[in-house]
Amino acid sequence: MGDKIIELKNISKQFPGVLANDNINLEIDKGEIHAIIGENGAGKSTLMNTLYGLFEPTSGEIYIDGNKVRFLSPLDAIKHKIGMVHQHFMLVPSFTVAENIVLGIEPRKNKLFINKDEAIKITEDLSKTYGLYVDPRQKVETISVGIQQRIEILKVLHKGADILILDEPTAVLTPQETQELFSIVRNLVDNLGKTVIIITHKLQEVLQLSDRVSVMRQGKMIGTLNTKEANEQILAEMMVGREVLFDKLERKEVPHKEILKVQNIKAKDNRGLMIIKDISLNLKSGEVLGIAGIEGNGQSELIEVLTGLRSLEDGDIIVNDVSLINSTPKEIRNASIAHVPEDRLAMGLSKDASIYENILMGSQYNEEYTKIKIQLNNKKIKKRAKDLIKKFDIRTPSEDVLIGNLSGGNMQKVVIAREFSFNTEILIIAQPTRGVDIGAIEFIHEQIIEKRNQGAAILLVSADLDEIFRLSDRILTIYEGRITGEFKQGDITKKEIGLYMTGRNKSELGGGIGEEING
Amino acid sequence: MLRELFSLALIQHTIRTATPLILAALGGLLTQQAGILNIGMEGMILLGAFFGVVGSYFLGSSLAGVGLAILVGVLIGLIFGFFVIDLKSDEFIIGIAINIFAGGLTVFLLRSIFGVKGAFSSPGIIPLPRISIPFLENISFLDTIFNNHSIFVYLSWIFVVLVYTFLYKTPQGTWLIASGEYPQALETAGISPRKMKYISSVACGVFCGMAGSHLSLGYLTLFTENMSANRGFIALAAIIFGKSNPIKTLIAALLFGFFDALGMRLQVVGVPSQFTQMVPYLATILALFIVTKRQMDKSKKGAIEINE
Repeated sequence: MGDKIIELKNISKQFPGVLANDNINLEIDKGEIHAIIGENGAGKSTLMNTLYGLFEPTSGEIYIDGNKVRFLSPLDAIKHKIGMVHQHFMLVPSFTVAENIVLGIEPRKNKLFINKDEAIKITEDLSKTYGLYVDPRQKVETISVGIQQRIEILKVLHKGADILILDEPTAVLTPQETQELFSIVRNLVDNLGKTVIIITHKLQEVLQLSDRVSVMRQGKMIGTLNTKEANEQILAEMMVGREVLFDKLERKEVPHKEILKVQNIKAKDNRGLMIIKDISLNLKSGEVLGIAGIEGNGQSELIEVLTGLRSLEDGDIIVNDVSLINSTPKEIRNASIAHVPEDRLAMGLSKDASIYENILMGSQYNEEYTKIKIQLNNKKIKKRAKDLIKKFDIRTPSEDVLIGNLSGGNMQKVVIAREFSFNTEILIIAQPTRGVDIGAIEFIHEQIIEKRNQGAAILLVSADLDEIFRLSDRILTIYEGRITGEFKQGDITKKEIGLYMTGRNKSELGGGIGEEING
Repeated sequence: MLRELFSLALIQHTIRTATPLILAALGGLLTQQAGILNIGMEGMILLGAFFGVVGSYFLGSSLAGVGLAILVGVLIGLIFGFFVIDLKSDEFIIGIAINIFAGGLTVFLLRSIFGVKGAFSSPGIIPLPRISIPFLENISFLDTIFNNHSIFVYLSWIFVVLVYTFLYKTPQGTWLIASGEYPQALETAGISPRKMKYISSVACGVFCGMAGSHLSLGYLTLFTENMSANRGFIALAAIIFGKSNPIKTLIAALLFGFFDALGMRLQVVGVPSQFTQMVPYLATILALFIVTKRQMDKSKKGAIEINE
């Protein structure tokens, strides 16, 4: 360690209207794991894409091993032994593992044709050298995400990369797969002499894995620290630019009363397959019930069933002793259920409508906002929008701004503002902070806990385990359309819950941890 | 009557009518593999047919006719590529535009160059040579079926093998498939998907040019307005039916050719032509229905395997 392998000097990248990188300086040492962190839009991906030759910097210089280089395409970067593992894997689904690994540099026979046997042998050799097992003949589309990432890493190594850039590598992995990845990365660096740059926004991972960490904010490089000298608090402050108070969430003891009961429901997905196979749960006032699971195990459909967007095949949903079967979404809202949908742009908002129009949605029949039944009372509607903009800290010049012009975090705040202001007994919340920056996450989390403290019953679905752990009083794990475990806050670790989320609890844990509520 | 219907001539006819479909479909499957839905094949064939006649008539050689048709194919392929790949226009609309453009242009040029309406035929149009293979002459049924076809009939089979080999055995073919399925993967491997897409688009123009010149110089020796007669769309159906695989697409094209031939034979035995002409199109619709159904069932089955 100690030799500078990469030096970025005064790199700036101007996109139309946005200065994505502003005079960035960065040094990477040979043989280190260097984390680059920052919020969405901080410019870390732009910087790395520049280093990988996908963008040319507007100004500034790149030095590799002390020599000035100019990258016009990824090929130039590959020549200088830089490889990138993208967040969305660059693998062709219908090709085999071997075909993907040699894509672009196929071994040939008779100059014209691909030598497929050679490609398989190359893959097997790589697999052995780096200790990453893959089946060269398997088609990528049949392979799990964790293994796909391995293939992607092997592909980059095959191109001769000594410097690997990993872009948000853990975003799609389970906790187990994340740990596996980390040991792979450690091995590459410690035993095989590689250098790794990892882009992420998960602070715990940075602290666990990296040697040094550089923080970016709003296109600027804030600073580089030795990981040993850093902690979550320091890093978060550097990322956000002000003090971030974690775990300030104050939980009050609130009387519990069962409000929502879901009994043995079954439902089909869009393809007509039974995706919810048997789910029962109950939700009490004054609690946050978190549903933890890998996406695609029925949680989206569960939410749609509860909000009247999907019909039930069997079972019953009871709110305050009244069955909600065959109720329309409007009737369900009237039965005191509000819904923050998982995809704010597809279901939560109209992009081409203004903030105040979006805030009105769902209240348009409310007499308070109409004049003579058929005419809207825009004055009152705008007044309400203004109040909510203030209360929910939505950053916008006015309530007339179109939703499409807001940042992800502010869009999400509009949805939260609208749904929370219905003051329903039950809140169904899905992915409340997906693609939202830290500052807004903090705010949204506070709002959710405040609702809980006021006695609302909250069902929370999130792909972000940290979020589930932070907010939930109780956690259910879901796997293949069934509930596989129920835990109280503090009774289980993230690693253990990962096993329940992958249906491996019975064999590996023997059902010893937590309480099984489903056979 | 059945004997008359299902004779050797029917098979011979199938091979003849399938040829333009095979040629156009080979081009179209390349664009399909590169991720471009090309419904402009119809117009490309029509232009090929017209300029084939122009080249043959004025330059006095069928080869020159084919050459001109291919040249126009290259040009129209580049134009199609420019709009779809670089300007990112809707490929459906550009395809329709090409079809309308080709229909109008050929009618206009037919009048302004040859001074006729509807159709142009003349002894001055030199047809493509027919190939006679000596050793087949001795075996009567093989002779009837396979001998004395226009040259493109034989070439089209060779092209099937060539395209198959290109797609599945060469690196460039792999890149072309990758450029359609996941262009970003190809891009990060340092190969330009744009280039592969352009290659497919131009190749499609070339194949459609050949298909067209075969129609006007091999299949017949004349040009009539709209003589492509929806073959571009049937070729597209063959591509979908054959899942863009050259061998399977060949089989599909032969199947559609068979129904076309059957339609004509039905006319011979006295079925009104209004009905017989429906046959290939009905067959196309039926085939697409079957394929779609099969795919839906398969995706259901696949999903069950994952879920259960």
